Amino acid sequence: MSNDRIILAHGAGGRESENLIKKLFQEVKLRKIDQGVGLDEFDDGAFIPLRSRFVASTDSYTVDPIFFPGGNIGKLAAVGSINDVAVMGAEPIAALDSIVVEEGFPISDLKKIIGSMVNIFESENVALIGGDFKVMPREKIDKIIVTTTVLGILDDQTKIILDSGAKPRDKIIVSGTVGEHGAVITALRMGIEAEIGELRSDCEPITGVMKIAKKIGGIHAAKDPTRGGIAMALNEFAEKANVTILIDEEYIPIKEEVKALSDMLGIDPLALACEGRVIMAVNPEIADELVSALRKAGYRDATIIGEVKKDENWNGFVILRTIAGGLRILEKPTGELTPRIC
Amino acid sequence: MSIRDFWRPFQERKIAEKIAKKIEEIALKLEKAGHDKIKIMHVCGTHEHTVTYYGLRSLLPKNVEVIAGPGCPVCIVPAREIDEAIELAKNHAKVFTYGDMYRVPGSYESLAQAKAKGADVTVVYGFIDAIRLAKETNQDVVFFGVGFETTAPTAASYIVNEKIPKNLHILMSYRITVPAVKYILNVEHDLGGIICPGHVSTIIGAGSWSFISETYGLPAVIAGFEPIDVLLAIYEILTQILDGKAKTVNEYRRVVKWEGNITAKEYLRKAFLVTDRNWRGIGIIPESGWVLKEKYKHLDAREKFQIKVGEGIDIKGNCKCAEIILGRAIPTDCPYFGKACKPEHPIGACMVSSEGTCAIWYKYGGHLIRELVKETE
Repeated sequence: MSNDRIILAHGAGGRESENLIKKLFQEVKLRKIDQGVGLDEFDDGAFIPLRSRFVASTDSYTVDPIFFPGGNIGKLAAVGSINDVAVMGAEPIAALDSIVVEEGFPISDLKKIIGSMVNIFESENVALIGGDFKVMPREKIDKIIVTTTVLGILDDQTKIILDSGAKPRDKIIVSGTVGEHGAVITALRMGIEAEIGELRSDCEPITGVMKIAKKIGGIHAAKDPTRGGIAMALNEFAEKANVTILIDEEYIPIKEEVKALSDMLGIDPLALACEGRVIMAVNPEIADELVSALRKAGYRDATIIGEVKKDENWNGFVILRTIAGGLRILEKPTGELTPRIC
Repeated sequence: MSIRDFWRPFQERKIAEKIAKKIEEIALKLEKAGHDKIKIMHVCGTHEHTVTYYGLRSLLPKNVEVIAGPGCPVCIVPAREIDEAIELAKNHAKVFTYGDMYRVPGSYESLAQAKAKGADVTVVYGFIDAIRLAKETNQDVVFFGVGFETTAPTAASYIVNEKIPKNLHILMSYRITVPAVKYILNVEHDLGGIICPGHVSTIIGAGSWSFISETYGLPAVIAGFEPIDVLLAIYEILTQILDGKAKTVNEYRRVVKWEGNITAKEYLRKAFLVTDRNWRGIGIIPESGWVLKEKYKHLDAREKFQIKVGEGIDIKGNCKCAEIILGRAIPTDCPYFGKACKPEHPIGACMVSSEGTCAIWYKYGGHLIRELVKETE
């Protein structure tokens, strides 16, 4: 039994740790940056011999359940931190990971999780240059926590993209349908997996979207709308730039399955997390061009959903025109968000 | 600014806009006839959700106002009954409660806060869930039976069919909606019509509301929960006011029958006896609740555990929950709304439940609609 389950010794830093880690990470191809120090040296830290402008982001992933339609905690951990770096305009180049597992966790599951994480790093050309692995006694932790830190470089020509950059007249663009990740996880947590059907988490890197957007230029603000969904992301745009954002609900691309699940669970699809979408405020002159370029590149549901205004009474607010034609304030989600969505 | 410039008409939106246009026309005629304020009350939390979530108030002319009445079944449970549930969970049994009830403040604490201090509380999806969990244990368990005519029939059917596990008792806190509406109409009010609750009417039948037009001479419309349902109900009420003829109309015919669900009503009649009940912050409303019939008294948690709690504190400070429930105030009339009272730390019950008027307004920005409309006019 001990062969296929994690034991405390696997995390003790001795021979068992070394053997397990070597095995688990043997598939990693990009193991260091240039001639620096990386995964192979088992040194105290990684060394990145670059002079550049860096963007860094770190996140701990605790999603429950750890396997879900469209991904698992490993894939999500790689995607999540890559996306955070990418939406700031940087190109992700290196990652570190830190994994804590519960004693007794199946090694086969751990392999799958790490395999998914490594696959994403590889497909995104991100080197895994270091990490940590620990084991906690049974019931001291719920299965597994994966933490990833991703570094990106921002070349000298690219301006950093901040939440606070939205300007009056900007168009708001979303790169695809919203809420799939949140809907899938919430449905699993509520025990109604049968209702998920063909729906999958949208967990995917958004570097492709950002490449196209950067090439066209004119992005003033960008976010990956994870926890709190586009409702939260838009409120952050409005608050940080002190502008009014007008959104038309009719334009927001939402899959029918997500609408149905939201109805059933009594949740607002606009507050459901996405893990593979970008929401942007862009220069109105390039908005249509960007949408067509995104659609051509396979982001079929990319669309303009609103615009930015300046109004002294409503700066900091997001105003939504509903499908019935009424107006309401799109508030920051509160209260009922499913915990441990990512 | 020009918020209006941005919006463009959509096919799906056209019906709503057409009805809104009709409402505007009729409201103008009514205004000319001297109706400078027409107040329409609905009595269902889900209707308030529809109205606020879809921003319907922003579509209404300024002389037409939709207000929320007693439509939230957990908001109206007196603090004393929550105190009873807490006392049971602390000293006598495992208490099963709906999630919506879990965080509603009692006199001193909520079930959630009591649980954090060690009280035995479990959130369930409903009565059937409670039955299932009761069968998995030998421990004494209590179901906190709250809700209107919509949730009560499930419990009643299990009681009548004698399918209640021996270790399960019920803390009876169910309430009946019709008497609450009568209570509001029996005193001085300024209502022009009532939108009757779709879900409750599925059980009790559209006909149960005909007293509104027959006795009180007010238009009554049983409505569904799509934005168009509510807009149609408003249109119908305004039409009746203009014609000077009050009727009870079932707009929700695709679901609600005039006579209701006869089986469910039969179960209610067999299991329960109608009794006067206290409503949170409001006081006694005659014949507005149920007790178990003598035959089923052995299922009563109050009898079984002989719990004693104090008087109960329904309203704290200047909280306006009671007035809001009766449709005599709106959330922004309350000094605590959005300040001291938020979903994260509620003072009144209306800020807790997903059907509570304050919670809905807070969540979907209902409190800002008036200014927003002024802005866009």
